[in-house]
Amino acid sequence: MEEGVKMASSKKIDVLGETCPVPLVETRKAIRKCSPGDIIEVVGNHPESKKEIPMAVEELGLELLDVKEKNDQWRIKIKIPEDD
Amino acid sequence: MGENEKATIIVHSGEFDKVYSALIVGNGALSMGMDVSMYFTFWGLERLKKNELDKGPLSRMNFLGLGKWIMKRKLKRSNVREMDALIDDFNELGGKILACDMTMDIMGVDKEDLREDVITDYCAVGTYVKEAKESDVTLFI
Repeated sequence: MEEGVKMASSKKIDVLGETCPVPLVETRKAIRKCSPGDIIEVVGNHPESKKEIPMAVEELGLELLDVKEKNDQWRIKIKIPEDD
Repeated sequence: MGENEKATIIVHSGEFDKVYSALIVGNGALSMGMDVSMYFTFWGLERLKKNELDKGPLSRMNFLGLGKWIMKRKLKRSNVREMDALIDDFNELGGKILACDMTMDIMGVDKEDLREDVITDYCAVGTYVKEAKESDVTLFI
C-alpha cells in the first residue's frame, strides 16, 4: 500500500454578507481542516477582511496565490504549503 | 513550525458589549495563528453560567435594558455573529477558556452552574501570571 499519498484538494468558502470577525474565523477554520498542498478560495464582501485575510495568511506562513475584486466582491486564493 | 505567539485575555467585566469585544478579539487572535487563553473572573465569570453569556447589560446607555435591546437589533441588522456562536468558534479554533476558582468561591458558584462544555480548566492567579509572562498580547477587559 502507498503510504500517506493524498491528492491535494480545493475548497471554497463563501462569507458573502458576513462581517467581522466571521470571514477571518471561517477562513481559519477551513485552513485547520486542510492538508499540505490544498488550495482554499474565500469569497466575500466585507471590505476590511480583504486586507486582513492576507495578513492572517502571512502570519500563518501560508501562500497567498491571488486577491481579486470585482463589484465590491473579493476572492482570495490561499495555498497550504507542501511538507518539505 | 516553532511555538505560536500567545494572547491572554482577562474577562473581568460581565457587560454585554465588553464580553462581545473579548470574544471577537479572542477569535481574531486565534484566526491570526495565535494561541489564546481567556480568563473569566468576577463579573465576567457570571457570563459563563448556563444561558447567561449574552445576558449582561450594556456598559453605557443601557437605559434599563432599552439600550441593549436597540443594540441587539443593530447587531442583528449588521449580521454580526451571535455570542453563543462566537464562543463555539473560539472552542473550535482551539482557544482555552479558564474559570477563576476564587471568584467561584466568593460568589458561591459551583461547576454545575457553569458552561462546563466550553470551560477548558479552573485556575487561580498563578496560572494567569505564568501564561501572561509568556504572552505577546495581554488584555484586561
